[in-house]
Amino acid sequence: MILPLRLEQVSYQSIIEPLTLDLEAGPSTIILGANGAGKSVLMRLMHGLLAPTGGRVTWKGENPRRHQAMVFQRPVMLRRSALANVAYALKLAGASDAARMAADALREVGLWHLAHRPARVLSGGEQQRLALARAWALHPEVLFLDEPTASLDPSATREIEALIRAFDAAGTKVVMATHNLGQARRLGDEVLFLHQGRLVERAPVERFFTQPASAEAAAFIKGELPWV
Amino acid sequence: MRGSLREPMDSISESFRAAASLIASGDATLGAIVLLSLGVSLSAVLLASLLGLPLGAAIAVGRFPGRRAVIVLLNALMGLPPVVVGLVVYLLLSRAGPLGDFGLLFTPQAMVIAQTILILPIIAALCRQSVEDAWREYEEQLRSLGAEGVGAALTVLWDIRFSLLTAVLAGLGRAAAEVGAVMIVGGNIDGVTRVMTTTIALETSKGDLPLALGLGIVLIAIVLAINAAAYLVKEAAQRKYG
Repeated sequence: MILPLRLEQVSYQSIIEPLTLDLEAGPSTIILGANGAGKSVLMRLMHGLLAPTGGRVTWKGENPRRHQAMVFQRPVMLRRSALANVAYALKLAGASDAARMAADALREVGLWHLAHRPARVLSGGEQQRLALARAWALHPEVLFLDEPTASLDPSATREIEALIRAFDAAGTKVVMATHNLGQARRLGDEVLFLHQGRLVERAPVERFFTQPASAEAAAFIKGELPWV
Repeated sequence: MRGSLREPMDSISESFRAAASLIASGDATLGAIVLLSLGVSLSAVLLASLLGLPLGAAIAVGRFPGRRAVIVLLNALMGLPPVVVGLVVYLLLSRAGPLGDFGLLFTPQAMVIAQTILILPIIAALCRQSVEDAWREYEEQLRSLGAEGVGAALTVLWDIRFSLLTAVLAGLGRAAAEVGAVMIVGGNIDGVTRVMTTTIALETSKGDLPLALGLGIVLIAIVLAINAAAYLVKEAAQRKYG
C-alpha cells in the first residue's frame, strides 16, 4: 500500500501556490479547474514527473513509482505492436512473463483483436484505450488521468469512461484532471477545485455541484454547464 | 567560326555515346574508380555514424552549459566547405604536420578521414533534431513507466531508427558527391586515390569527355538510388509502424 499520498506545503514556481492535502485510498478524485488552473502540473507533482519547488510529496509505502500509472491526454505509443507496447511497460516493471500478461490485459479490456496491429496507426480512441490497457496490465494502486478524453469523440469517450470505472471497481484509486463537468459527475466521488494555482475547494461531487462553497467554483460551474 | 560553334555540340553527343559504351562494356578503369569511391565514402559514413549518432543523441537529451552554442555550431558545420576540410586535413597529415609520421597523406585513408570530418556534423545535427523531437514526445510517458537514462535513450533511438537512416544516407550523399576534400588529401593519383569526382574534374580539364561523362552518369545514378532507397524505406516504415 502506497496510499495515503501526502502533500505538505507543495508549490511549483508560480503555477501552484503552497498546498497541503492527503489523498486516501477509495474515492475517485477529480481535479477540476479552468485551463491554466494548474491541474496538469498538480498531477505531475503527485506522480513525480515534476519535482516541487517547495514543500514535500510523500507516499507511504516502498517503491511508490512501481504502483502508480499515468495516462496522458495524448497517448504516446512506441513504433511497435499494441501487444509489444503493453509488454514493454511490464518488462520495465520487472514482470517475468511480460508477453503473457500483456495478452491477458488486452483481452480483459477488449482490445485483443488489435494486439498485433502497429500501435501508432490505431485511431485516437483505440490508442487511448491501449494506453489504459497498458496501465491496467501494471495493476496500479493509483491511476492518474490527465484529461484522457479531451481529444476524443463521444463514443470513444464512453468506452474510456467504462474502462476508468473498471479500474475503480478493481480497487485502483483514480485521480483524474478534467474540465468536463459531466464527466466529473459521472466518474468522481470527490472534487479538488483549483483556481489560478490555488486549491480553493475540496468537496464530495454532489455537494460541489449543488452547493459550491466558493464564489470561484460557483462561477466555474455556471460558466461551464451550458456546454457540458 | 561556324565550325567551332558546331563542334562542341557534336562532341557532346559523341561523348554521351562513348560514355554509354564505356558503362555498358563494364570498363575496368571505370569500375575500379567507382569501387574506390564507394569504399571511401561508405567507410567515412560508417565512422561518422559511429561518432555522430551518439554525439547527436547526447546533445539532444543532455542539459549542459553552452548547449545552444553547440547546436548552432553543429548546424553551421553542416555547410563546411569541402576544400577547407581538405586543407585542414592536409596540414595535419603532411610531413611537417602533427600527424605526419603516420604517412597517410595521399592515401585512401586520408580521404576517409577528410570525408568523415565533412559529414560528421551532418549526421550528428540531423540525429540531434530527430532525437530531440522524439524525446519531447516520449519523455513523460517513458519516465512514468520507469524508463530512465541509457535504457530510455535506447528505446527512443530504436523507435526512430528510420529517421536516423535518413540522416546517415544524407551523409553518404554528401560524401559521394564532394570533390574538394578528396582532391587535396588524396592527390588524385591514378589507380590509388582517384575517385569518381576527382576523375571527372581531371578528365574534363584534359578534354577526355567520355570517361568524365560516364562517371558523371554513374555518380548521379548512385546518388539517385541512395535517395530513392531512403524515401522508400521511410515510407514503408511509416506505413508499417506509424
